[in-house]
Amino acid sequence: MSEGPPRSQPSGEKKRRTSLWEEWDTPQEHWLLVGSHRDGRERSLLLEVAARIIFPTVLVLSLYLLFAGHNRSGGGFSGGLVAGQAFVVRYLAGGPMEVRAAVGLRPPVIIGAGLSLAVLTGLAPIFWGEAPLTSAYVSMTLPVLGDVHVVSSLFLDMGVYLLIVGVVCDLLRTLGAGIEEQSPRPRRRPSG
Amino acid sequence: MTMLVALPILLPLLAAGLSLVLGRFATLQRLLGVVVFTANAVLAVVLLAEADKSGPVVLQLGGWDAPVGITLVADRLSALLMLISMVVMLAVLVYSIGQRITDYGRSTSSTAFHPMYLVLGAGVSMAYLTGDLFNLFVAFEIMLGASYVLITRRTTATRVRAGMTYTIVSLTSSLLFITMIALVYAATGTVNLADLSGKVEALPVGVQSAMALMMIVVFGIKSAMVPLHFWLPDSYPTAPAPVTAVFAGLLTKVGVYALIRTQTLVFDHGESWTLLLWFSVITMIIGALGAIAQNDLNRLLSFLLVSHIGYMLFGLALYDVTGLAGAILYVVHHITVQATLFLVSGLLTRHTGTVALRGMGGLAKLYPAIALLFAIPALNLAGIPPFSGFVAKLALLEAGAEVGTTMAYVATGAAVLTSFLTLYAMAKVWVFAFWGKSKPPHPDPDPTDELIIGTGSTSRTMVSATSALVVFGVLIAVFAGPLSEISTRAATDLLDGGPYRTAVLGEEAE
Repeated sequence: MSEGPPRSQPSGEKKRRTSLWEEWDTPQEHWLLVGSHRDGRERSLLLEVAARIIFPTVLVLSLYLLFAGHNRSGGGFSGGLVAGQAFVVRYLAGGPMEVRAAVGLRPPVIIGAGLSLAVLTGLAPIFWGEAPLTSAYVSMTLPVLGDVHVVSSLFLDMGVYLLIVGVVCDLLRTLGAGIEEQSPRPRRRPSG
Repeated sequence: MTMLVALPILLPLLAAGLSLVLGRFATLQRLLGVVVFTANAVLAVVLLAEADKSGPVVLQLGGWDAPVGITLVADRLSALLMLISMVVMLAVLVYSIGQRITDYGRSTSSTAFHPMYLVLGAGVSMAYLTGDLFNLFVAFEIMLGASYVLITRRTTATRVRAGMTYTIVSLTSSLLFITMIALVYAATGTVNLADLSGKVEALPVGVQSAMALMMIVVFGIKSAMVPLHFWLPDSYPTAPAPVTAVFAGLLTKVGVYALIRTQTLVFDHGESWTLLLWFSVITMIIGALGAIAQNDLNRLLSFLLVSHIGYMLFGLALYDVTGLAGAILYVVHHITVQATLFLVSGLLTRHTGTVALRGMGGLAKLYPAIALLFAIPALNLAGIPPFSGFVAKLALLEAGAEVGTTMAYVATGAAVLTSFLTLYAMAKVWVFAFWGKSKPPHPDPDPTDELIIGTGSTSRTMVSATSALVVFGVLIAVFAGPLSEISTRAATDLLDGGPYRTAVLGEEAE
């Protein structure tokens, strides 16, 4: 879910910043999502800034839900849905290119990887002579986290998590494409 | 050995995942599908041999024992039907690969077709193998979820609209299904089929009838029993030929399987069942009459599909070993022959460019090979000796005469009449499409959808997949002896229920 390698600035923007003094507080990372809407929609600054702030927080929450899932409320499915919502917020703020910029992989690949991981976890016990879907756990004491129980079904949950994130991204890509085609598009202002 | 029971479900699911990851590598995707369905067919043979030799093969998933955990059971019936289904799915997949290569070229990969087809396969296997009612629901949902994608993908708005009928009807039946499960669980405290079979008898008669009726309605919608069949002729013909073939061959028959399984294991009717006999009679007659009235080849085949569901209901309703054995044999025969007919229809429409019978003509002279491929399953469906349709129908008629009540004789008469009506419908297709003056192919009305018709090109892969299925249908007749023995043993198991219960719940339950 990382931002990926920093993208080069569009050359037009760079030329405008002539002085070094004007550049000193320019953030190194992309502060406002993708540079501009190439599809020419109207932008909402408030929504974009809010999305920028919310996005990592929601992802952390979704990871918490994923790991807490075995014994408390949460799990791969709800974690995946929450993470999916993070992408929905980015989509609302920045459109389809924004989601594409956030996730490097094509959604079907994410779905496939998640499904494969989940099924492999289900199959794995066969190699120990147990029935499929049997779960095992390891307890250990880690420096910061204290006593940790790692349950093998966590991997199944991770698979489900990936699957759901992939499905949400795919929904945004496919259903969203229809919305964009149908919604009236404001005429692009002549640049310059 | 018991581990093998989980593989027919998990392998296609894993392959579906890998198929999505390999989205860009067309050849690997195709290979994966073919390998998995072949493996599933082999697994089904192994499970069938084992179940026939030493009783049902049971696997308790996750090490949780029967009434609590998820149970998978492969007995004679489920292993036999799984074997036939996987062979048909393999043949249809090969046909479909052939069609896609012809139409889009060798490098075409898909992130929808191959994964969804594999998921459909997983759902079908799971429906056969599951040992509890809730997972039967899950299996149906997996199948339906995949089928919604397959029926509406890459097509036009009007066809999506037709697909909506299918989606809405299926969702409604799923809603009823889950309501029924809630009712069953509230009344008995279990959803495990083997566990239910002991507990349902203790319930008041009214509750029992309510549960049985809800099951008939739910599985009646899935298996297109008249008067719950209305959705089928409107939705199936709108999909591309291979998709229609696999739906027509398998999905309704999975509904019939669920009906047979629940009505024998959970409820014990004891004698022939008049209500279901009535349903079977109207299903046979209305379906066949509907077929005769059609001008559209695919709609005609869809109505025949509805009509022949009646035969299986007839066998179940007789509720004795001969009747059930006949029904099982009929399911085996019908899965193969119906899928074959839809594949042949796919081959035909590529040459004619239309599904309207009046728009075809003279095909026997132009394409003698396809004419032969149509003639064999058509005669097979009508029940002409020496094909498997004859064997299966004979078994059912014998069973009807054996039971000997007035209603059983009425249904037997209806079965004979339907057989003639089927023959008439097939003769109609033959006269319109294969005889007469040849007509020029119609141009494709909408080149953007996947129902590419009128291209005139059928690749060798498509024809050989269809031929393989035709040969497989003939082989069923050749092996009718051992097949009817095995279905008799399966029917005995079903009516007894003892071995199934013991295998799932352990010795102390008996």
